[in-house]
Amino acid sequence: MAAKVGVYICHCGINIAHTVDVEAVAQAAQDLANVTVSRDYIYMCSDPGQQLIQDDIRELGLNRVVVASCSPRMHELTFRRAVQEAGLNPYFLQIANIREQCSWVHGDRESATEKAQGIVSSAVARACLLQPLEERDVEITPAALVIGGGIAGLQAALDIADAGFKAYVVEKQATVGGHVAQLARTFPTLDNVQTLLAELVERAQAHPNIDVLTNSRVLEVDGFIGSFRVQVGSQPADSLPETTAELAVGAIIVATGFDVFDASLKPEFGYGAYENVITGLELEKRLMESEASNGASPLGDGAVKDVVFIQCVGSRDRTLGNAYCSRVCCMSTAKQAHLVRQELPDARITVFYMDVRAFGKGFEQFYDRVREERVLYRRGNPSEIYKRGDRLVARAEDTLLGKPVEVEADLVVLATGLVPRSDADEIGSLLKLSRSEDGFLMELHPKLGPVDTTTDGVFLAGCCQGPKDITDTIAQAKAAASSALIPLSVGKVRVESITCALDPLLCSGCGLCAEACIYSALALDERRNVMVANQVLCKGCGACSTACPSGAIVLNHFTPDQILAEVESVV
Amino acid sequence: MEAEQSLLERCDLWACIQCGKCTGGCPMSFKTELNIRRLIYQALLDGGVNADGMDELWDCTACGTCVLRCPKEVGPSDLIVALRTTLVDGGVIPPTIRDALTSVFRHGNPSLMPPDERADWAEALGVKDISEGADVLYFVGCIPSYDDRAQKVAKSLVKVLQKADVDFGILGVEEKCCCNEVRLVGEEGLFGYMVEEQRELFESKGVQHIITTSPHCFNTFKNEYEGLNLKVQHYTEFVAELIEQGKLTFTGELNQVITYHDPCFLGKQNGVFDEPRDIIKSIPGVEFREMDRIRDRSLCCEGGGGRMWWEGTNPEEQLATARFEEVLSVGADVMAVACPFCLLTFELAAKAGGYDEKVQVLDIMELVARAI
Repeated sequence: MAAKVGVYICHCGINIAHTVDVEAVAQAAQDLANVTVSRDYIYMCSDPGQQLIQDDIRELGLNRVVVASCSPRMHELTFRRAVQEAGLNPYFLQIANIREQCSWVHGDRESATEKAQGIVSSAVARACLLQPLEERDVEITPAALVIGGGIAGLQAALDIADAGFKAYVVEKQATVGGHVAQLARTFPTLDNVQTLLAELVERAQAHPNIDVLTNSRVLEVDGFIGSFRVQVGSQPADSLPETTAELAVGAIIVATGFDVFDASLKPEFGYGAYENVITGLELEKRLMESEASNGASPLGDGAVKDVVFIQCVGSRDRTLGNAYCSRVCCMSTAKQAHLVRQELPDARITVFYMDVRAFGKGFEQFYDRVREERVLYRRGNPSEIYKRGDRLVARAEDTLLGKPVEVEADLVVLATGLVPRSDADEIGSLLKLSRSEDGFLMELHPKLGPVDTTTDGVFLAGCCQGPKDITDTIAQAKAAASSALIPLSVGKVRVESITCALDPLLCSGCGLCAEACIYSALALDERRNVMVANQVLCKGCGACSTACPSGAIVLNHFTPDQILAEVESVV
Repeated sequence: MEAEQSLLERCDLWACIQCGKCTGGCPMSFKTELNIRRLIYQALLDGGVNADGMDELWDCTACGTCVLRCPKEVGPSDLIVALRTTLVDGGVIPPTIRDALTSVFRHGNPSLMPPDERADWAEALGVKDISEGADVLYFVGCIPSYDDRAQKVAKSLVKVLQKADVDFGILGVEEKCCCNEVRLVGEEGLFGYMVEEQRELFESKGVQHIITTSPHCFNTFKNEYEGLNLKVQHYTEFVAELIEQGKLTFTGELNQVITYHDPCFLGKQNGVFDEPRDIIKSIPGVEFREMDRIRDRSLCCEGGGGRMWWEGTNPEEQLATARFEEVLSVGADVMAVACPFCLLTFELAAKAGGYDEKVQVLDIMELVARAI
């Protein structure tokens, strides 16, 4: 059947029309081979714009559509849906990008118009050779894997289980609870953290839809959204061999948490050298023990008269590669200062800070309260801790005084920051996740996809994605669970249509394509000695087709003749 | 205005968050008016700093603590050097520093000493000239070449190298100042000129490997000489290797309690902390004790950054006093050093403060030479 192409030139308001003479481009397209109709319109993506295309398809019998507009990343799906509604295969649409690749980057109207004409003519040449592609759905396994049994993982598992789906929680440690198990009280509400955690743990362990696998780790992940196959290794004790089990799940939530910054990497604070220099978590442990033992002072009897807190230890520090703010230390320090004040009504408590970030609900009010409890905030980041007799000395510049000061202390508490887990790379490569500049696992989009990842069906929750307090961690866990529940509830998911096609008559089974494929979509059929492509795993990147020495693999929708036609029309 | 703008950007001052770690760690901030954090703030507010009459700028010992501590990689001491440069260019500098710079230009050393006497210390030691060809160039440095006290360090090192059969030579009267402090007092022109000359000299002698007495020479060759593609080591690194490889063995022993003071240009600025300690601990009979303020937290001796040529705005209070109190508190007989500046500064302070009868200041090489 001969191609009958409709060409639609978008003004994009003035985004394109200001630089490109859209009418001239539409005029020129009219004369191209196989073009039945060519029009320009102010906003092609608007409802009337789409209607224009659909009417032409129906009335003029168009079988190919070229839209010259913005990047295909912007509206390719919009126009595919439009042509599909009018009865065409959605892959009979070709976008000609005359905005990002033309009007936005050029100033001269005449040459920009000429370039736009070239882009359109090459799109028309390509459109004539487009083949119909089939859209396919796959079934979803109604279960989710949650990696990590801290509060993020537990909360996400609970939401998934409450929605009626199976959730497996894989936890490395012998017990669940993660870092939160080391905290005494919450900020700013001063709730007993262990009571909150116990409630969460009990609910998860008692839930019929939740399997908690402790002393376990994820060894391998195969498959794709809807049908992941996960190998989990479990080793209840060092003396026992590790056993493996396979889990089948439709979605995965990564909730692997964080590591605490190692304070000895800031040697100026003498952590490790002085036993009275401790981290905030070590202080919380003492406070918890004191609560448990019913009032025995966690800080010794009367020996501690001066307590110094130091903020931002290992955070906001480019020299360590930790350029980010850890987001929880300001408030956890305020909380700890409050708890110390309760223990030591007469002590001098000093907090050295650079900026106080009290941005959450009730945080600023709590910060006010702590200062009014006679906690002295001094602006400056101490540069050195050393000894004078039996006491410690924190040496800093009080930047508000503009003077260097020495503050003696019996106890120095370092607000150590949160850093990416040392095994973040392992988890990243298991699930093909990238890491952002700060080293934490990267979300799909900082604004619009904060719990999604570049791997379909894999979601992030909690501090593996970046430092968070309990409130934000729970919120993100619930968001990740809700996102994972979308495919689980729908029961099927649409997979990529633009995949590779392999010609077994040309294939020699050399396997170069399998080496090039990062999605493990190609495997050797040993009986026939040819490669076989898994159409569900394939993401349509095209790496295989360039690697194949005998031209046996082509990427559908980007076939050699389509690409050559594009090139030939402009050279 | 444009030049001042580039000063802010060159020193990356816009990255500063005024946390005060630089001033809080600065060994001079407690005893003089020098407040580098405030200088940075002023520079940001005003687009630059008028350094005229700011005597405290010359107090900076270039110890590098501010650079090491800064969480934003600002490099506060770059600003001090840049401001000193404006003073040098304007000719408003302490006369003793001016004299030292003139002497470096005329005589190749900062102390007005005759260039042809530079190698006198090595007479009768059987040290060959590098022109004869050798594996290693021993770059002696100005103070160990001319100063009676520091010459003992050079002689000790020669004894150690000879004992270990190292094939080494010296530049003799052709050696000139490395200019580490010339750069740090802001005389960029002279520094550039001397770097050029020195680089050509090393090339003409076919030098591949340099060891230095002074951490200051070591630092400048290693980090500041553009285009110098040589292996540069401080002698403590080289000698520690000799001991580890079994090329240097001890025949005697020292029954002393020894502690070690980290020189800023060796430790804080170049991360050489372990080798000096390894050498001291390997000497038979020695009991090694650490002080409190060591390694990254070491206290400056006040000898660097041009302070060998100028006593500073507050010569009465000396950091050395605190240092000697620490030495006494750990019960050491000897404070070992690995830098000629530290050696001379501490010896002087010991005499002035009456510590010389309780504590000996010795270079690590002097200790080693006594036990081989």
